[in-house]
Amino acid sequence: MSRHSVSTLHHIAPPSIERHADQWILRGDWTLQALRPRLKWFRFLLRTSTPELGWDLTGVGRMDSFGALLLWKAWGLREPAVLAMAPDLHTAFERIRQTADMTPPPPRRDWLQPVVSMGEKVLRGADEVRQFTGMFGQVVIEAARLVLTPSRIPLKEVSATLYKAGVTALSISALLGFLIGVVLAYLMAYQLRNFGADVFIVNLLGIGIIREIGPVLVSVLVAGRSGSAFTAQIGVMRVTEEIDALSAMGVSRHQRLILPKLMAMLVAMPLLVLWTSAAALVGGAFVAQIQLDLDIAYFFETMQRVVPVQNLYIGLVKGSVFGGAIALIACHYGLRVQPNTESLSANTTKSVVVAISAVILINALFAVATRGMGMPGR
Amino acid sequence: MNLVELEGIWTRLGQEWVHRDVNLAVARGELLALVGGSGAGKTTLLRHIIGLTRPARGTVRVFGEPIHAGNRAAQQARRQRFGVLFQHGALFSALTVYDNVAFPLREFGGLHEDEIRALVMSRLAQVELEPRHAQLVPAQLSGGMVKRVALARALALEPELLLLDEPTAGLDPERSAGFVKLIRSLHAQLGLTVVFVTHDLETLSALASQVAVMAEHRILVAGTLEQVHQFEHPFIQNFFRFRAVVDEREGL
Ligand SMILES: Nc1ncnc2c1ncn2[C@@H]1O[C@H](COP(=O)(O)OP(=O)(O)OP(=O)(O)O)[C@@H](O)[C@H]1O
Ligand SMILES: [Mg+2]
Repeated sequence: MSRHSVSTLHHIAPPSIERHADQWILRGDWTLQALRPRLKWFRFLLRTSTPELGWDLTGVGRMDSFGALLLWKAWGLREPAVLAMAPDLHTAFERIRQTADMTPPPPRRDWLQPVVSMGEKVLRGADEVRQFTGMFGQVVIEAARLVLTPSRIPLKEVSATLYKAGVTALSISALLGFLIGVVLAYLMAYQLRNFGADVFIVNLLGIGIIREIGPVLVSVLVAGRSGSAFTAQIGVMRVTEEIDALSAMGVSRHQRLILPKLMAMLVAMPLLVLWTSAAALVGGAFVAQIQLDLDIAYFFETMQRVVPVQNLYIGLVKGSVFGGAIALIACHYGLRVQPNTESLSANTTKSVVVAISAVILINALFAVATRGMGMPGR
Repeated sequence: MNLVELEGIWTRLGQEWVHRDVNLAVARGELLALVGGSGAGKTTLLRHIIGLTRPARGTVRVFGEPIHAGNRAAQQARRQRFGVLFQHGALFSALTVYDNVAFPLREFGGLHEDEIRALVMSRLAQVELEPRHAQLVPAQLSGGMVKRVALARALALEPELLLLDEPTAGLDPERSAGFVKLIRSLHAQLGLTVVFVTHDLETLSALASQVAVMAEHRILVAGTLEQVHQFEHPFIQNFFRFRAVVDEREGL
């Protein structure tokens, strides 16, 4: 049993160092905890000490590696000529002796570093594209496989994702849509009244919201809400090796993790777009009534006449495409997560940023591709 | 004097009582092995001692004071007096092995970077890791290496009290023996107190000065290995059944 087991709870014996004639005499506990209150002072004393004199450590109670290290450094990394200490202190010095002057491999510094890191970035980008394409291909193959064996469609996962990404987003998207509708209508109402073109608010709001604002607004919301959740979920599954466990059981991650998300988003997004656009239009109609005395019933009746129904189709298709893009991008970054927390957060951030950028880019392509459609008679 | 005292601990997790009136005292300088079946509530008990969770009823005292007593600085100072090894390592995944072990030293404050380096390298050597492993990140380690790095981190400050959750699970027999040797030498030198959970009879009999057996939601018996061995209870009889075999083989 240890010779310390009977000591009291506040048991630290204060360390001390004194010079007696030609000897340095150390007493008390030379441990990190004991030295801490006056660490600077001891460092100073040891710096001014002289290793050539004798050292008497027999009065030392306890010594941990830190205490040993302090002395070892003061002695210039070797044992002083005259040294007296209890035998079990030797182990403490033994531990330190081998490692005190050991340096871990220094981080390499390279002048070519900027060039190298730029090249790495490019390569990483190319690798991302390759990986994304590979994943997309896998998902398509899995989807085709499911067409042949419809019984294997992961309906449970799909419906769970539908609920999480779609149903639970209803309230927030309605609120945002309504507020955007209100703000837009309010600004337009002022301008239009100046020109006496009050009724045109129906055309502007109708086309603007149904075709552009609705889909983009919902996409931004969903990318932040569900895209990040997808990435984090798959990322944590990478960190905890759950994905490897799936593979080990012969379950395709594309079929079980990615496809359900993709399918759910393809369905949920157009519905959310419809819902959000409706809320925005209600907000707009509401303001038109107050600001321009436009009857709400009249507002929606006129809309049917002046806004061609193609705009609705375009809006819904866009919603679906945006949803697919968000799901694929989120899963892509989820699979890129390395098993550490830093990478998890970096990839989640990237997932949201890239998804929103992609949505805006695709939206621009849509605008070009559909420029002849859905415009009321010129 | 008791470093850890648990009195009348009741814990409810989910719908079930995990502890019903657990009492345990660990004197300074003891090497206490906490054994019990899987799911008996050993990890939960350690979490109470660390102060991560609070029991529904009962008091936990560490270093003679309730674990949550005092202001933030006092609590932090108290926590720096013990080191913890979590069952699954709980290494910081974004930091290298070196930075993981250096973390408590840096938090402690007042140490120079070259001292930290010497201490970290010495801890790594103690757990038989090589200097080249220092720059790896946890994802690049084997299961047993994770355990050893976690042990090195728990030992970083050479604390008075060590709480180790299955320190030798996943280590090969030679490394387990190395672990026993290391803890023994630190114990002799610094008078550490160690509470460790284990399922490994070799480690248990080689290291423990006290054994506490957890079953039926409480500490069935606590005492020396011999005392525990004599205790009549199906769990204990089963647990130590294999020990007889080991003893025989070693000609004890
Ligand atoms: N967060 C929690 N919520 C609900 N129940 C829990 C929670 N954590 C643990 N439990 C339950 O408490 C019981 C005790 O768990 P604990 O982790 O303490 O067991 P253990 O003795 O450490 O087991 P092992 O030897 O397998 O590590 C188990 O039945 C477990 O299911
Ligand atoms: Mg446990």
